[in-house]
This record gives sequence, C-alpha cells and structure tokens, in this order.
Amino acid sequence: MTVTADRPAAEIGRDRRRKEDRRLITGSSRYTDNIVLPGMLHLAMVRSPFAHARVTSIDAAEAKAAANVVAVYTAADLDESAGVLINAWPITPDQVTPVHPVLAADRVTFAGEIVAVVVARSAAAARDAAELVDVDYDELPAALDLKEAVQDTVLAHPDLGTNKSALWVFDSAAAGTGGNVEDAITAARADGVVIEREYRQNRLIPAFMEPRSVVVDPTGEQLTMWSATQVPHIVRFALAATTGVPENKIRVIAPDVGGGFGGKLQVTPEEWLAWWIARQVHKPVKYTETRSESMIAAHHGRDQWQKLTLAATKDGRVTGLKVELTADLGSYVAIVGGGVPVLGAFMFNAIYKIPAYHFACQTVLTNKTWTDAYRGAGRPEATFAIERLMSDLADELGMDPLELREKNWITHEEFPFTTVAGLEYDSGNYEAATASAKKFFGYDELRAEQARRRAAGDPVQLGIGISTFTEMCGLAPSRVLGSLDYGAGGWEHASVRMLATGKVEVATGTSAHGQGHETAFSQIVADRLGVPFEDVEILHGDTQVSVKGLDTYGSRSLVVGGEALVKAADKVVEKAKPVAAHLLEAAVDDIEFQGGRFGVKGTDAGVTIQEVAGAVFTAHNLPDGMEPSIDAEATYDPINFNYPHGTHLCAVEVDTETGQVRLRKYTCVDDVGTIVNPLIVEGQVHGGLAQGIAQALYEDAVFDDAGTLVSGSFVDYLVPSAADLISFDAHHASTPATTNTLGTKGVGEAGTIASTPAVVNAVLDAVRQFGVEDIVMPCSPARVYAAIAAARAGDTGTTTEGAGA
Amino acid sequence: MTKIHLTVDGGAVSEDVEPRMLLVQFLREKLGKTGTLIGCDTSNCGACTVHLDGRAVKSCNVLAVQADGGEVTTIEGLAATYDGGELHPVQAAFHECHALQCGFCTPGMIMRSVDLLNENPDPTEDEIREGLEGNLCRCTGYHNIVRAVQTAAAAGKGEEQ
Repeated sequence: MTVTADRPAAEIGRDRRRKEDRRLITGSSRYTDNIVLPGMLHLAMVRSPFAHARVTSIDAAEAKAAANVVAVYTAADLDESAGVLINAWPITPDQVTPVHPVLAADRVTFAGEIVAVVVARSAAAARDAAELVDVDYDELPAALDLKEAVQDTVLAHPDLGTNKSALWVFDSAAAGTGGNVEDAITAARADGVVIEREYRQNRLIPAFMEPRSVVVDPTGEQLTMWSATQVPHIVRFALAATTGVPENKIRVIAPDVGGGFGGKLQVTPEEWLAWWIARQVHKPVKYTETRSESMIAAHHGRDQWQKLTLAATKDGRVTGLKVELTADLGSYVAIVGGGVPVLGAFMFNAIYKIPAYHFACQTVLTNKTWTDAYRGAGRPEATFAIERLMSDLADELGMDPLELREKNWITHEEFPFTTVAGLEYDSGNYEAATASAKKFFGYDELRAEQARRRAAGDPVQLGIGISTFTEMCGLAPSRVLGSLDYGAGGWEHASVRMLATGKVEVATGTSAHGQGHETAFSQIVADRLGVPFEDVEILHGDTQVSVKGLDTYGSRSLVVGGEALVKAADKVVEKAKPVAAHLLEAAVDDIEFQGGRFGVKGTDAGVTIQEVAGAVFTAHNLPDGMEPSIDAEATYDPINFNYPHGTHLCAVEVDTETGQVRLRKYTCVDDVGTIVNPLIVEGQVHGGLAQGIAQALYEDAVFDDAGTLVSGSFVDYLVPSAADLISFDAHHASTPATTNTLGTKGVGEAGTIASTPAVVNAVLDAVRQFGVEDIVMPCSPARVYAAIAAARAGDTGTTTEGAGA
Repeated sequence: MTKIHLTVDGGAVSEDVEPRMLLVQFLREKLGKTGTLIGCDTSNCGACTVHLDGRAVKSCNVLAVQADGGEVTTIEGLAATYDGGELHPVQAAFHECHALQCGFCTPGMIMRSVDLLNENPDPTEDEIREGLEGNLCRCTGYHNIVRAVQTAAAAGKGEEQ
C-alpha cells in the first residue's frame, strides 16, 4: 500500500455511512421520471408483438385524431437527424452488423421493437392513443434457437444472408503465450484425462429497479437530455456522432439512477426518439418505460452455449483448455455487443496455470431482444465454465475439488504472472483467501455432515460448491482496447476545485447509480488533501459539470476514476506548495504537507490548505506571475487491468423428493485489495452474490416458439425476494494491487462472477451420487427433480433446456 | 372525473381524478409526491408502497378513488425530515446498516418495514424475510435490509443497536 506515511489514511478504510442516503431514504430523490418541465409532452411506444415480420401498413389516423395527441411518428417521418444506434466494438473487421434504426421501417426483428411513437399531453393520453395505431404485419419465420440460428436455416436478417456475425479467435500457440491445445488434448487422450462438456449460459435480464426514463429539453441554446443511464458521456458522444447536433451543444445528465448492472450502459432507441421528437415539437418530452417494456426492450445478458474441452494429467494437472462459444446477440449488435463474450476470452484460464489455450467465439444474430453487458459481462460466463470444469475434473479423478484447484492455481510467490491468455496478473493470494474461506465456512464439518446424510439416505442431501474466481476489471488500458478494435479509450477524468470557503468540489467522469461514489470518493479526497470528509462534495453524472469522462461499468470507477482523483488531488497540493511557501516566507523545498497543513520543516510555522485556497481566491499576495488557481484536473489511463479474486463456498440442501434447492450457507472471502469503505464493499458483494445466485437458481429469460418473451414481467421473471435468500457470510482478504496508488481492486461485479458456479457446483455435488452430471440453469425444482429421476432411471442426461421454472 | 378528499402526509387534499387513476399516479402526478416510485406494472416490486389508514399498501394496486376519505402517508411524510429534521427509526436504521444502494426500492421497503414492525415489533430473521417478500431490491441482496429491520426493532425495544 502506497498511502504515504506523511498522509495517514484517516478516512480510507473507514466504514463511513453514505452521503447519498439521506435524500434517498426521505423521498427527496431525483430520478429521471420525477422531472417535470413546463409544456412537457409525453411519449408512448407502439411495439411489435412479432419476433420477425414485415410491416405492411401503419394507420395512425385514429391515434392522431385522439384528444390531447400532438403527433404520431413512424419511420417514414424520420430524417437523417434521428441518427442510428451504434455498435462501438466490432470484434472482427468483417463483423456482420445490421443497421439499427431508431424506428423499424418495413421489417421488425424482435418482439418489442418500436414501430411508431405517439406524442401527447399526458402519459395516459399517449398510451391510450398508442392502442389506436393500427399496424398490419406479415409474419416471417424467426431465428430463435441459438443452435439452430448458427446453421443459417432461418435468417434473422434475410438481407444479410447469414446469422453469423463474427468469429473471434484466440490461440495461445499463435499468440506465443502458450502451447498448442490440440497437442495437449491428444496427449491427454493417450495418457491422461479429457473432460468434454457443453454448458448453457441462460439468458438473463438486468432488471434494475428503476425502469429506464428519458427527458429531453430542446429549449435554450443547448439541448439537454436527462436519462436513467450509466453512461451520460458516451450517450453525448453517440448523439453528436449520429444525429448531427454538435457535441458542444449537447448536455446529458444522469440524475439519480436506480441501478444499472450493465443494463443501462446502452444507447437506446427510446433515447434517440426522445432526442429527435423534442427537436421536432420544440417542447420538452418525457418517456418512461413500463416494467413490461423494460423486460422486452432493454438489453439482456449472457445467453451462450459453451463447448469445452479440458485436458489434464491423471494426477490432476491441467494441460490444456479449448473453448468454443456460441453467443446470442439478439437481433442487433448492441453498443458493446459481441465484445462481451470476447472479454470472457481472457478469463477462462482464471487463476490456473494452463499451458495451452484456445478460444473461439461465434456471435449470432437471432430475432430476440439484443444482448449486451450484464454485471460481469463475459467474465461470469468464463468463470462458470472453468469452475464447473474443475469440479467435474475433480469428480472424474476422485479428488477433493479444492485440492485439485490448489494443484493448478498460481501461487502467491509467482506474481506478477503472465497468463496463457496474455494478461499480467499483478497480485493475489489464492491460498490465503481459500484457507480463510474454509475456516469461516466450516468446510470439514460440512463435508462430514454431507457424508452422514449420504450414508443415511436422507431425502434432503447436502451439496458443497466451490468457486475460486478471479476477474479482470477496471476497464481499461486504452491501448489494449485499441488492439481489440474497441471504439473508445479506457481513461478516466477528475477535477478538484478548492473553493474560497475552504470547501472542496470534485467532479468525476464516472457516473454512479447506487455504488456510493459520493461517499467513497469523499474519503479518498479527504485523505489526500487533509480536509474533513464532510467538506468534500462529489459531482458526477452531468456532462456540463463532469466535463470529461467515460462513465461507470466494468468495475472501473474506483480503480480508474479513483486514481484520476488521487492524481488531481496531488496536483492541487503541488500547486498549493509555492503559495504556502510564499505566505510563510520560506523556500518551496522546505515545505512539507501533512494532514491538510503546509508546514516549514523544522519550525512550527504553517498554513492550512483552506488558508491557501482563501489566499488564492483573493489573489492579493501570490508569488509573482502565478496563476491564481490551485485547482487541478487529471486524466488517468490505467496501465493494466485489475484482478480481484476470492474463494466462494456454498452449501445447499437439495430435497431429492421435490427438487427444491435451499441455500444453507454461503461463505466468501474476496480479495479486493485496499478497501476504501468496508461497508460499501460488503454491500457490493452481497448484491453481487444475490444476482449470481439468481442466475443459478431462479432467473431465466424464456422465449416461446413464436419468439415472445414469456418471462416478461416480475410475475414470471424471478428476481429473488428476501425470502429466497439467506444472510451471507462475507469476508475480505487484502493483497493490494500494485498498479494503482491506493492498491484498490474492483468489487462491483465480483460477487456475481463468483457465485453462480459455486451454487451450481453445490447442487451437483448433492446429486452426483445419483448419476446426475449436469443441470441447466436456473436449477429450478422441476429441473432438479427431473435430473434426479432421469439419472435414477439410468439416463445421465444431456444438456438440454427442457422445462424451466 | 370524481372528486376525492383525503389526507396525504398530514395535509388535506382535494382533487378531481379520473376513476382509473391509480393512487401512485395521483401521488406523483397530481401532488408531486415523487418520493414514491413506480418499479413495475404487475404489483410485484413494492417500490410504490405507502400507508393507507396506517397499513402498507402498494399504491399501484389502489385506485385514487379508493383512498377517498382516507389517510395516506408516503415516505415524505414518515418523519419531519425537511430541513435536516430527525429520521424515523427505520429510516435511520437503513442509513446505519447500509440497507440501500441505488435507493429506488428504498421508499417502499422502508414503508413496508415500518408496517411489518407495527405488526410484529420483535420479528425473527425468517419473519422479516417473509414479511418483505413483496418488495424487491436488486442491489443489496437483502442482507443489510434484514439487518436494518432488526436494528430498528432493537431500537424500538430500547436496546443497544
């Protein structure tokens, strides 16, 4: 840890209660839908009920004639200034990318696509009139099933001639980072073990609690958009790039945002329509989606088939890993789109020393809702695959799954370690996290109980699941993004302003939506500048206030944005030093800064940073020629990704007579480096666990044979309630990162990345004894019961999705 | 249009409403009580929970006309929190226990928790979890929400938190 001795870490490490809370617990919040402007009009969307259809006619006459309706727009009304929706990450030069219009013209490509927009004086009038828009469709065959879609028998976009969007390949032999995986597999077939599996990554819905909402005010010189988004700066750039409005005329504000989890890092048709319509009607407009619209139209996550081959020696040393993914993009390539599974390419090897690795991902267009980042974005899928494989290999070899992992993982003496995927892990201590987790969990005791229940033939069997995960976060070194053809950099910006009254105003380019930046970043600045925590105000989420930034996703805010903050604060101190020296009539070299005070070495003389700020404000007595400002800004480009890790242990009770899975205990020890605020970190872990557990046990975006999302509300899409979860046993280890000043690592996605395989491994650990080898997520009672019944009947089962929850 | 008269957060209110208007729409659109939020359209999420005549209701599941003559308390009227006034013990416990992140479920979660503790001042963890089943949170995993309700319950008994 490099918090220097002259700046004691008074705030960093403290469990400060959050500054954000008071407005949120008293109902003084400002979410986008709360915003009301004079003359505001409201939008309602007319959406396709069909997954794939030709639009033969749209009759909006009745809607246009309805009371309080101002206008109805269809694709025919749009001009170039409506823009298009962009994919920022074409993963290969020849990626097949359908044009994504903001309104469907002659063809709809998923159930939920917008074909018309009603503008009315109230939201209710707009929705009523949307019912009056008469759209005639001629249904087309829809590409729905991912495995069928890749065969190109039915095309999602007939004009493209294929559903195959891009094939992205990494091979360690070609890259020079490892050996040839086919050689490793051949050798293992001759004298070793080969595990071949095909796992399903179920499609998920981010299901942030605040439905998306957008307000656009076209009055005044600048056009202002408020949006429930994670990415105001990216939205601003994309609006400028596609709608012809100059970037410096656009202000995008993300006010209070009610969760995102990746689901709000999109640029959306709804935003683009509001942007265009406000400019047509010259009045502020608002669109707030219903939950049902959110479920079908906001992007989904995951949705892969994973074909995996793991080669190992008979004593359990992994010699090669081959990964062949098929990933569902939905009907359009979203802003990150195919980049999500590509991020996973670097994580299948996880914490293990795997000498040979091959990864190939085929992205596929279907007539379903588009997919993009959802908490973890590629890394949960990778972690699931490798952690399932390691447990399957242990089972095959009759080894304890933790011992097998230990045999293969990078030991703490081996850091920094360059992996077979070409990343350099800076730090970690898998042994320490695992030892600690075993102790807290009561691993040996639970194994003993498991043996007792098994011997007794207890109808409720105990299963123990393991996940020793790592992830790459802190997106991202700009050069690396460039090498992957991503359309932007990965830097972050911060500015620190010392106000005349001694208060500190900080602007960050990250955009919080529940993470607690106002609190954690205040702690960092308070420490760096030696000012009271209460005197620091963190501003964010407004492109006119936080003038530069790349927003919040990929567990980047603290490790990238926080480092920018540190650098800006340190510049303030450096700029203040000559002023302090001048005021103290001392040489700059004799000035030392500690605890918010500039002192003269060897004397009692000193001035506080607030006094310096006051002197700079009046500017009456500054060094000759000095600019009257000690404010500073910094733009930081990370030098590496950031690699949190941890050991997660899950115990479940499986009722073999009903298939019901009950969580018994969940212990995790996460190493996220230096912790700024343990309360916030723990909260991030808890929430992450809940979402990862939900993928394993509850949540599933299910489409029927016609391409209709049948789990399209909270009645059917099972976001877990308090009654479905247990209290978590979450702990920390700390191996500081070596690639940033504070030694911090990302934490926002860790719980979600780690927990899904821990839970599924636990379920399987309970029922392997009956011959069950796989249960497709979510492991609903119906599926668990069916798997046990089939295995008992002698069928070890294949990986099919079958009946869901 | 139907004329309704009711009390909202201690103030007398009288408005003409469409018969189909939901209580939550009435609160947000007619009264500007935007502290009460809408998270779904199937009455599953509980973000819109308020008190009607002292009991928690999902205000998306009550017509404004059904509240005629009633007494409604929203998150904004739970305690005199304007100008830095003191928080309700449940609000204080949510803050103390870090029981919120994005805050969107929070008003409903707090209003439901107050009602839960009114019904059962000393709930077990299971009773808290069952009692909050109708309110969804996507951020916290409920761990700290359960702690907050326990903390508020303990405070209600005059115990050390």
